[in-house]
Amino acid sequence: MSPLDAAGVPAKLDVRNLTVRYGTRDGGVLALSNVNLTMKDGDFIVAIGASGCGKTTLLSVLAGFLGQTEGEVFLEGKPVLGPGADRGVVFQRHALMPWLNVIDNVAFGLKMRGIHQSERYDVAMEKLKLVGLEDFSKQMIYELSGGMQQRVGIARALASDPAVLLMDEPLGALDALTRETVQELILDVWHRTGKMIFFITHSVEEALFLATKLVVMTPRPGKIEKTYELNFGRQYIETRDARKVKSDPEFIRMREVILADIQRRDVTTQVAGG
Amino acid sequence: MADTGNSAKLKVSRYRVLGEGSSFWLSVISVGGLLGLWWFVTAQGWIKPLFLPRPTQIWFAFKQAVSGDLDNHTLWVHFLWSMYRVFSAFLLAVIIGIPVGIAMGVSRIARGLFDPPLEFYRPLPPLAYLPLMIIWFGIGELSKILLLFLAIFAPVVLAARAGVRSISQEQIQAARSMGASTFQVIKNVIVPGALPEILVGLRIGMGVGWTTLVAAEMVAADAGLGKMVFNASNFLRTDVVILGILVIGFVAYAFEMLMRWIESWAVPWKGKV
Repeated sequence: MSPLDAAGVPAKLDVRNLTVRYGTRDGGVLALSNVNLTMKDGDFIVAIGASGCGKTTLLSVLAGFLGQTEGEVFLEGKPVLGPGADRGVVFQRHALMPWLNVIDNVAFGLKMRGIHQSERYDVAMEKLKLVGLEDFSKQMIYELSGGMQQRVGIARALASDPAVLLMDEPLGALDALTRETVQELILDVWHRTGKMIFFITHSVEEALFLATKLVVMTPRPGKIEKTYELNFGRQYIETRDARKVKSDPEFIRMREVILADIQRRDVTTQVAGG
Repeated sequence: MADTGNSAKLKVSRYRVLGEGSSFWLSVISVGGLLGLWWFVTAQGWIKPLFLPRPTQIWFAFKQAVSGDLDNHTLWVHFLWSMYRVFSAFLLAVIIGIPVGIAMGVSRIARGLFDPPLEFYRPLPPLAYLPLMIIWFGIGELSKILLLFLAIFAPVVLAARAGVRSISQEQIQAARSMGASTFQVIKNVIVPGALPEILVGLRIGMGVGWTTLVAAEMVAADAGLGKMVFNASNFLRTDVVILGILVIGFVAYAFEMLMRWIESWAVPWKGKV
């Protein structure tokens, strides 16, 4: 049923011929056109592309917030028919509950499932340790910096032990220095938990650093233009030296390749559109 | 400190945010000035006591009112009747208004059903339908409490509805992708998320209720602060009228302070996220 990769492992997340059209009339916008994507455990897929390329639409369909026009999405063999605890979502703006403290935010999903307080606090503390916030469990959300808020968001998404993490430009609102620290933290979390991650960004450098598979998307209609298999994230896990990875000649070469991909498409679509 | 000599000559930007700075002493001057003016014009005899009695006469009227020498009731009884009416109506409006407002925010059906009648009666002055209330429910407490309820209900409902609208879709989506059901989203995200706006609505509702109450008591009541003022005006007791106005004003101010305190206690995150 599910497609197999080279090693014969079935895909855990499987997107087939996905098309999303906004507006039902003929003039409706084709936000996604015939997108195919497979993910398995340990994949870190990063989608990059100019505004309007459909990357957020794709994430919304994966999360179950948006119904597709055509095609199918399967998670572990079951069709995605709405949001669920098997897909943890991290938003651009943290979307935490300001009336709850840090640990209650992280334990929110477990509380919804009726898990007893002591047990859910154990799980939440474990996730907070993973993002390095175990000393801040009793703080209120508004007392934390932007980077810490996003780390709470990551811990919260992990607390339900989802099959996949969906991250919609989670670092977009952070300053450059914090951004690099949280990138490293995300790689660390990915490495330690072995979760599949689907990640959206505007930053080419961020995409190259994190992705095992980089998906370049282009607008009008939104579709996957190219995919690249990458290894820079794993290099970071081995060396723990982000600067070394990011200044590697191969990294810089790839950065120019991806930038050219995005920019070339920008020019052609502008000509076509104008 | 060695720089003091130089800093006297130092020129710095004189830019200020408009309206910035403390206004406390100006308020003291304003209140003190008005009281001083009152005392002065009455002490000089420029205005007849019938129109504006001296401040000391208000104090005597206060002592009379407290001991019950003015009319059938002491000031305390008038006060308690007014409080009883406004708080029963307020409680009723909170119990019914908040759920209705939240329902209107989350449900197309509730919004469609409640919106037209609410929007029709909301701009009406409550005293315009007081006669109808009296015809329907008699001259007793029921008609007054229902009138106040209607006056408080509308702002509470609108605030709760606006509060629901103010919640970010991402917060709701986050809760859904952590496995929350629709009911759990309403209970754990929408109600707490709407709370800041709901509290603003309660504050406005309390203000509207208090103004309506005093007016309603003037029309039809046996006891109450509004009635006390109305009786006094019939006997040209201007001192008691002013006393009543001051008491009514202080109670309204106390409500406002109480609601602000509740707000800072219940929604400490307001404006910070």
